Amino acid sequence: MKKALVAIAFGLTASVFATGASAQATLNSVKQKGFLTCGSNTGLAGFGLPDAQGNWTGLDVDLCRAIAAAIFDDPTKVRYIPLAAKDRFTALQSGEVDVLSRNSTMTMSRDTQLGLDFPAINYFDGQGFMVRKKLGVSSAKELNGASICTQQGTTTELNLADYFRANNMKYEVVAFATSDETFKAYDAGRCDAFTTDASGLYAERLRASAPDDHIVLPEIISKEPLGPAVRHGDNQWGDIVRWTHNAMLNAEELGVTKANVDQMKTSDNPEIKRLLGTEGKFGEAVGLTNDWAVRIIKHVGNYGEVFEKNVGEGSKLKIKRGQNALWTKGGLQYGIPVR
Amino acid sequence: MQTVVSQTSPPKKSFLYDPKVRGIFYQVLLVVIVSYLFYVAATNAIENLQRAKIASGFGFLDNTAGFDISQALIQFSAAGSSYGDAFIVGLLNTLIVSAIGIFFTTILGFLIGIARLSKNWMVAKVAMVYVETLRNIPLLVQLLFWYIAVLGPLPQPRNSIEMGAGFFVNSRGLFMARPIYAADAWAIPAALVIGLIGTFLYRRWASARQAATGQQSPVGLVTLGLVVGLPILTWIVLAIVGANPISFELPRKGTFNLTGGMQILPEFVALLLGLVTYTAAFIAEVVRAGILAVSKGQTEAAGSLGLKPAQTLRLVVIPQAMRVIVPPLTSQYLNLTKNSSLAVAIGYPDLVQVFMGTVLNQTGQAIEVVVITMAVYLTISLVTSALMNIYNRRVAIVER
Repeated sequence: MKKALVAIAFGLTASVFATGASAQATLNSVKQKGFLTCGSNTGLAGFGLPDAQGNWTGLDVDLCRAIAAAIFDDPTKVRYIPLAAKDRFTALQSGEVDVLSRNSTMTMSRDTQLGLDFPAINYFDGQGFMVRKKLGVSSAKELNGASICTQQGTTTELNLADYFRANNMKYEVVAFATSDETFKAYDAGRCDAFTTDASGLYAERLRASAPDDHIVLPEIISKEPLGPAVRHGDNQWGDIVRWTHNAMLNAEELGVTKANVDQMKTSDNPEIKRLLGTEGKFGEAVGLTNDWAVRIIKHVGNYGEVFEKNVGEGSKLKIKRGQNALWTKGGLQYGIPVR
Repeated sequence: MQTVVSQTSPPKKSFLYDPKVRGIFYQVLLVVIVSYLFYVAATNAIENLQRAKIASGFGFLDNTAGFDISQALIQFSAAGSSYGDAFIVGLLNTLIVSAIGIFFTTILGFLIGIARLSKNWMVAKVAMVYVETLRNIPLLVQLLFWYIAVLGPLPQPRNSIEMGAGFFVNSRGLFMARPIYAADAWAIPAALVIGLIGTFLYRRWASARQAATGQQSPVGLVTLGLVVGLPILTWIVLAIVGANPISFELPRKGTFNLTGGMQILPEFVALLLGLVTYTAAFIAEVVRAGILAVSKGQTEAAGSLGLKPAQTLRLVVIPQAMRVIVPPLTSQYLNLTKNSSLAVAIGYPDLVQVFMGTVLNQTGQAIEVVVITMAVYLTISLVTSALMNIYNRRVAIVER
């Protein structure tokens, strides 16, 4: 009896330990579960934030919805796991989330040492500072001796140290675990300045007790290519995320929108035909159906529509396209051809 | 009546049924299985880390940190310090808040515990309300409350409140004069050490004298003179003979904040307040239980010997109560130390915040970082526990 128990316990434990991440498993496991688990921000307006009804909205959230639409033809089949900056990569590494779409900066060390891949850049950003107007500061170069609130475990924290060192200035850093705690501390007067990616500054300013009392300083001190991350080694899954983003970019470039996607299926333009799956078998090649892009555009929209709705003129943030305009309009967003 | 006495030893049992052998067999089996499980877990983790291309090993501790920390008791800079240094900074921050917290929570806890047993109705009820409120609200909520309570009413640095004697307070913390020691300042701590040794010897002499003759000595006055008076006298003498051995650097107003002097962060104050007041509620209950465990006859006997209530408490009740108090008090000390990891919620750079937060995220080496952190807390707790056990052995009842 005792031996039998020991044997059972041993067998169970061994099987628990033995479940290593198999390389090509993510798509299958997502299909099996029936939903996508998406690591999202704990709350950043325009990127990932639950609205009053509890529905998640934002640019990063829409990428997850697009992936779910491509797989299930249903953008609601996503379970969102809000993650603080310091927990996000561990959650992805350990398999708690299938994709991390949480305004995360792609860097070489994250790509090579953390066991991650960044298949796409869905927002080109840079780090900035916000201060109270009454301080009378007009440039980040005047911040010598300031207390600065930042979120820990971010590239922001590192860029901050670099910038003050490079400009030979002193500062006091106050680091918090979540963006919420960080901004509340700044708003309560703990810090002279608040720093994060410029998009985040505009988003957080909306939450200040008096938004008009704060200004964003003109300096952008870093490059922050933000994008979704997946586990290294599952190339098929990385491909799905990469091509979901590129399908949205190509749709914008080709003028395919949420409203006209069905009429566009009859288009004679070979590029549109390949994108919408009326020509070729591009969807099947990544383990999806050939109408994968139609599903994405119909349920979520093209990149331009998603941008305008969440962070652009259609939103409270009113961020200009800037670097995130299509390459044809002087920006950096460049849809890789479906061919 | 005749009985046949067997001369031979009891019939030889099979080796398989010997309880001693079986016992050893099962123990060896258990050790083998447990070690095998650890081995499988470790090799599996390493294999999976390699397959997922996640860096592993402890080499990261030597890499440049690249971030700054608001409160560092050792020299720390983003450019010149490593992740290993960041670990030490976090560890020291945890230790200092725990040590200071344990000191104050013990005093507060004993006061409240004794107050709960006061004959004064008002005092007893106030102590009861304190205990029931503080120990029934989650510590995290209390910490956030203290942080906002500390931070909220304080003015911006430009309107710092000057409290005199070089003390300033604003929303960046408490600022005070920083002592700068001259070369001959070592004489002052030396005088303190001499004073402490003198006090110890005098006390021994005084208690021996009291035991022999019954005469009491002014122990309190002599202690004060030796411990406080002697260092101050040394200071005055040094100041008259040569330069002032200790000068002070006062905080001055800078562009954003006061510069110079010493700064105590509001995060530290909030964490300390939260830990001290919360743990004191538990210690108060431990103390109350300990005092109630001393039978009433002891107090009455002390009273009939003519001891005053304060003397009864100090000489009769507390020494006996300590036997009951010390073991659960140790648990409370350990709780306080472990609870200091909640600092992460209010941005105090303790071990968990710095090491399991920033370092883990910048390096991505979750397993190593978590293992180190757990080992550190285990070590701190075991050391605290060992010290308290030594003390417990001293105060425990000696059976004769």
